[in-house]
Amino acid sequence: MNAHRTAYINARLIDPASGLDAPGALLTEGRTIADLGPRLFNEGVPEGTLTIDCKGALLAPGLIDARVFTGEPGAEHKETIRSASKAAAAGGVTTMIVMPNTNPVIDEVALVDYIERRARDTALVHVHPMAALTRGLKGTEMTEMGLLKDAGAVAFTDGDRALANARVLRRALSYARTFDVLVVQHAEEPALSEGGAMNEGELAMRLGLTGIPKLAETMMVERDIRLVELTGARLHFSQVSCAETLEVIASAKGRGLPVTCGVAAHHLALNENDVGAYRTFLKVSPPLRGEDDRLALIDGVLNGTIDIMVSSHDPQAPENKRLPFGEAAFGAIGLETLLAVALSLHNVHDASLIDALKPVTSAPADLLKLPSGRLAKGAPADLILIDPGYPYVVHGDQLRSRTKNTPFDGLRLQGVCLRTVVNGVTAYERAPDAA
Amino acid sequence: MTPTQTQPLPPPPQLAPGAFTHRHLLAIEGLTRGEITALLDLADTYVAQSRLVDKKSSLLRGRTLVNLFFEPSTRTQSSFELAGKRLGADTMNMSVSTSATSKGETLLDTAMTLNAMRPDILVVRHQSSGAPALLAQKVTCSVVNAGDGSHEHPTQALLDALTIRRRLGKFEGVTVAICGDVAHSRVARSNIYCLNALGAQVRVIGPRTLIPAYAERLGVTVYHDMREGLKDVDVVMMLRLQRERMAGALLPSPREYFYYYGLDFEKLSRAKPNAIVMHPGPMNRGVEIDSQVADDKAVSVIHEQVEMGVATRMAVLTALAQHLSNGADA
Repeated sequence: MNAHRTAYINARLIDPASGLDAPGALLTEGRTIADLGPRLFNEGVPEGTLTIDCKGALLAPGLIDARVFTGEPGAEHKETIRSASKAAAAGGVTTMIVMPNTNPVIDEVALVDYIERRARDTALVHVHPMAALTRGLKGTEMTEMGLLKDAGAVAFTDGDRALANARVLRRALSYARTFDVLVVQHAEEPALSEGGAMNEGELAMRLGLTGIPKLAETMMVERDIRLVELTGARLHFSQVSCAETLEVIASAKGRGLPVTCGVAAHHLALNENDVGAYRTFLKVSPPLRGEDDRLALIDGVLNGTIDIMVSSHDPQAPENKRLPFGEAAFGAIGLETLLAVALSLHNVHDASLIDALKPVTSAPADLLKLPSGRLAKGAPADLILIDPGYPYVVHGDQLRSRTKNTPFDGLRLQGVCLRTVVNGVTAYERAPDAA
Repeated sequence: MTPTQTQPLPPPPQLAPGAFTHRHLLAIEGLTRGEITALLDLADTYVAQSRLVDKKSSLLRGRTLVNLFFEPSTRTQSSFELAGKRLGADTMNMSVSTSATSKGETLLDTAMTLNAMRPDILVVRHQSSGAPALLAQKVTCSVVNAGDGSHEHPTQALLDALTIRRRLGKFEGVTVAICGDVAHSRVARSNIYCLNALGAQVRVIGPRTLIPAYAERLGVTVYHDMREGLKDVDVVMMLRLQRERMAGALLPSPREYFYYYGLDFEKLSRAKPNAIVMHPGPMNRGVEIDSQVADDKAVSVIHEQVEMGVATRMAVLTALAQHLSNGADA
């Protein structure tokens, strides 16, 4: 008896890691992928194997979202690991990387253990924490990176806070290299962005809002790259938002430096004009920039300057968002819209499906050294079935996150997840007639 | 000659149907020349009414006007209060100190509480840009923006326009210089939109730290040298230097500011000989304006602005009330 064997037949296999895009089938056995390929099951599916007819849908690795904030521990009214994982499963995300910006901050081994235990006991998808880069996110003392790495932290970051002190960052990078851990920076010079609410420019001037200049990001990236040159450590910029930063990163990559960067889905789909008349759901950090920047970011993903795409899922309660724009909290939810934005690279910008899905599958897996994010024998059976062209209108109140602060409310997107498989078991299945 | 009470009052002034159809007055940006002119024409009639012995009419009788001020203000609040009273409305002032909001009640909670008392017009001043717009989405009454953050102060721009029109008789060919902290000024933004819509030429003058980098996009000419910027202007509009808004050090000292950007007779001599001087108040004498200029009735129209303020706000309340009577009581 072959327990937990499932055959996925009549699929279009999409594997960004290998470049495979072909009709075929896939077999999972227990928690792993046992076999796949165009000719698999040509002789029929063996007896005793559960068979799922994919009916021509895309079968791809589940998405890895490398930037997710939850409220657990400390702000469970915003989002728990479980509620976020429900949104993740519905959005085709099979691995969430959660940020350490909780209360208490994830800066000790016991707290990494706590996240992993809560994830194991409550989550529908895989959850891995990034640990704090500095104790309490205070930006002064580094955390126990070696021990935290052994406990399961996949990278080190102060989350939505920039590590501004150059001396602390220099030492943290130097120490990080000892254990070959990844450091993740939120690049925004706080002295230049302080008090800011949206992109600095004509719109901010007209709305009477304090602007956040692009320079706050670009100059910190430039500075940090010098520190990478000095220390040789791996540094990842969590979210880039403007064309100028891409130039700096492309040049550093050209020099062979171990620098990578990510982009938030909303920066690829929206621009500062969407803020309109003070719509606080569009208030994110870094801020939405101009249309030229948005187009440059899409180019950056397609030409490889940008390595990964993230949702930057950041639930905020109504009392933090139903405020005048300047007083409202930063942050937007995005677990359920990440897939559609990734597919827009294919649907709107003519990229191949392989190129569209790579920044949310194999690229983050490689960056974080995870075994998932690929269709390969022996890889984890984390899979999604996708209808890439399905058009729909986002209704914020129908999303599964505990808070509904989506910047896409009322907008049209294309592409849905039909089924999400985690560890070989279906964690989500789209209702057949769901609108 | 003083009019007597026995004179028959003219019929209550009205806007032409369709002249102003907005439910709220949140900003000047987006208003048309026709809408602004209609409000100014109406305000003109209220100037006359306010100079009578019996200043009161009953156009807003039974209506309730609430002044909701999250920022302290004497002149704007009393101006709205008088405007409401002269039109026969019941007026109430609520000054919400910042400590009240730190007790935990949000802006919207406060507004919804007031809204439940069924006011007809809510006049709101708030330190955050966009706060009146946020309220307007949630309440059932009309909202008037009485100044929000660095965004807009629409009634100030209207009263300034009325003052200019009564003095100069036109806007075409008129050049107005707005001087000082344009970057943080809601008065400047509203005046720029208003004067541009009416056909005047607008200049802004100030040091680079106080002029937004994108100011030209508002349709103004930027000057950093005040003497050059004041050359041949018809109107000099000074802004209050709001030192409390200065997040960082934008200026080295009030002394240096006055030396280069304070309005004195020497700098004013560059303007046209009959140029007028305006200030939205309250003035920082010796910082942005020299007392000799401020107090010289030959050039300063600062007190006239205050008088126009009441009349302008009466016009705004009338315009919004006309909309209310079309079914907001349902």
